[in-house]
Amino acid sequence: MGYSQALLTRVKELSGDNDSRVSVRNGEITIEPDRGSFIPLLKTLKSDPDTCFEQLIDLCGVDYQRYGEEAGRPWQGDRFAIVYHLLSVSRNQRLRVVVGVPEDDLKVESVVEIWRAADWYEREAFDLYGILFEGHPDLRRLLTDYGFVGHPFRKDFPLSGHVQMRYSEEKKRVVYEPVTVEPRVTVPRVIPKGA
Amino acid sequence: MTEIRNYTMNFGPQHPAAHGVLRIVMEMDGEVIERLDPHIGLLHRATEKLAESKPYNHSIGYMDRLDYVSMMCNEHAYVMAIEALLGVRPPVRASYIRVMFDEITRIRNHLMWLGAHALDIGAMAVFLYAFREREDLMDCYEAVSGARMHATYFRPGGVYRDLPSEMPQYAGNARESKKDIARRNEHREGSLLDFIDGFTERFPGCVDEYETLLTDNRIWKQRTVNIGIVSPEQALQSGFTGPMLRGSGFEWDLRRKEPYEVYDQLEFDIPVGTAGDSYDRYLVRVEEMRQSNRVIRQCSDWLRRNPGPVMLDDHKLSPPARTGMKEDMESLINHFKLFTEGFNVPEGQVYRAVEAPKGEFGIYLVSDGANKPYRVKIRAPGFPHLAALDEMSRGHMLTDMVAIIGTQDIVFGEIDR
Repeated sequence: MGYSQALLTRVKELSGDNDSRVSVRNGEITIEPDRGSFIPLLKTLKSDPDTCFEQLIDLCGVDYQRYGEEAGRPWQGDRFAIVYHLLSVSRNQRLRVVVGVPEDDLKVESVVEIWRAADWYEREAFDLYGILFEGHPDLRRLLTDYGFVGHPFRKDFPLSGHVQMRYSEEKKRVVYEPVTVEPRVTVPRVIPKGA
Repeated sequence: MTEIRNYTMNFGPQHPAAHGVLRIVMEMDGEVIERLDPHIGLLHRATEKLAESKPYNHSIGYMDRLDYVSMMCNEHAYVMAIEALLGVRPPVRASYIRVMFDEITRIRNHLMWLGAHALDIGAMAVFLYAFREREDLMDCYEAVSGARMHATYFRPGGVYRDLPSEMPQYAGNARESKKDIARRNEHREGSLLDFIDGFTERFPGCVDEYETLLTDNRIWKQRTVNIGIVSPEQALQSGFTGPMLRGSGFEWDLRRKEPYEVYDQLEFDIPVGTAGDSYDRYLVRVEEMRQSNRVIRQCSDWLRRNPGPVMLDDHKLSPPARTGMKEDMESLINHFKLFTEGFNVPEGQVYRAVEAPKGEFGIYLVSDGANKPYRVKIRAPGFPHLAALDEMSRGHMLTDMVAIIGTQDIVFGEIDR
C-alpha cells in the first residue's frame, strides 16, 4: 500500500493547508479535522475529481482512556475518536480521517447522507462506545443483546461484563444475575522504556 | 370493501436458509417484501475487545473464527497489519506459501458458498459435489497446520513451519479392502505439493461438473437472473467489495490494485459481471475458482524450485530452535520473553486489507507500544453487504430473499464478530 504525492498535496489544500492536521505514516495518509467542520470536508473529498472517495470502507470508534498508561504518558487529546477509512475505486487511493470526540459531549454529525454504508457502522459505534450520531435516521443498538446496559468497548467496561444469564427452573425463564467470573489477566500489558 | 393490511413476519434466527443466526423482521405485502430489518449480533463474541486483552500472537487463532469458512485470509490481514507496524517483511518463500493458502482458502470458501447457495434454492446435488473437493482442501490445511479448519498457521514474520514432505495417508480399517484403501491414498503417495498439484489437475474438471449442473439449468436461471440487482452507484454507496462489487461491473481486486505479498508476480484474470444480478455474481465466483486454481499452480511450481526459510530469523518474533535453547543462554532468554510476554509493537496506527473470498477484509490496528494491541477493528466484508439486504430485497418475493442472502455469501462469524 502506498500513497501518491498528488493526493497528499490535494488533501493538504482541501484541509486548509495545515500540516499538523495531515500526517503520513506506514504509507498511509491521515487527516484530523475539527469535529465542527469535518462534514463539508468529507463531502468535498467525495466529490472532488482529484480525491473522488466514493466508498466509505470502514468507520469505527476508539476509546483512548488508557492509551500509553503503562508507559506513564497518558493520552492528551479527546477521549474518543471516530475513524473513517475512505477508498476511491476509480483513482485507487485511500485516506484515513480521524475526528476527536470529547467525553463531555459525545456527539458527531452522521455521514449517512454522504455514504449509505455508514448506517450500520454508526449504529455499531453507538452501541459499543455510546457516541451519538446526529442526523442518523435509526440509531439503535446493533450487536449487543436486546436490553443491554452500557457500552462494552469502552476501556472502563470490564472484559467479563456486568451480568450473566441462565435459565431459572423456578421462574421458568431466563434470568440475569451479577457476573460471578473473576477478571483474570494471564499476560500483563507492558510498554518497555524508550518504546 | 375489505381493508388489506401488510403484516409483519419473523424469519430466523433458527432457519437453515439464514446461514447461521440471522434474524429478520419483515414487513410483507402478501408475498412481496415491503421492508426488512435484519437483527444481528446473536453471534457477537467481542473478538476485538478480546484481542485488546491478549498479546498479539494469541489472537491469530481468533481471526480464524471470524469468517470461519475462509480462515487463512483473515489471519493474513491480521499478520500483515502487525508486520506493517513492526516494519518487517516475511521471507519470499513464506509469501508464496501464504498466497498459495489464500487461494486454497478462496476455493474452499467458494465451494461452501456454491453448495449452500444451490441448496438454498433447491439444487441438492451441487452441495455433495462441492464438498467432495472441499474435503481435499481441508486435508491440505491439516497437513500443514494439524487442523482442518482453524489453522493458526500464519505468523508475523512468516508462517509457522514449512510445507510437509509427506502427505498423511488413510490407515483404513478392518472392514475396508486393501484395494479401497489404496484407492483413497491414490493422490497421497508424495509430498503436500504433489497432492496440491494433483488437485489443481483434477479441479478444472470438477468446476465443469458444477457448471453442467447449474450454468444453463433453467430452474437455476429462473431463481437467479434479475434477482438482487445492484447498480454500480448502489454498490459504491453501500460499501460493497469483492464479488459483490465485481458483479456490478467494477474491475476491482486488491490482489491486482494494491498487490500484497507476491501477487504482482503471478498471472491471473479478474472476472467482472455486467448485470449486477445474482447470476452474474455466480459466474464471477465460479471463474474466480478457476483463476485461484491457476495461482495455486504457479505458487506450487515456484515453491518446488526455491527452498528457503519460511520465518524471519528474529527471535523477538519467532521462537528459537529447541536445540539452541539447551546450550545457548540468549536463546533461552528469547524463548522465555516471547512466551511469557510476547513482542512489543511500535506506537502507531495502520490499516491493512486483503482480498478475502467475500471481499475486502481489513484490520485497523492501533498500538501504543505495548505487547497487546490497543485497538483492533475488523473490517468484515459481509457487514456492509448484509446492511444492504433491505435495499436489495425490496419488491422481491419472500423466496428471492433467500437467494439474495445466498448470493451475498453471508457468514455470521465475521459480521457479528
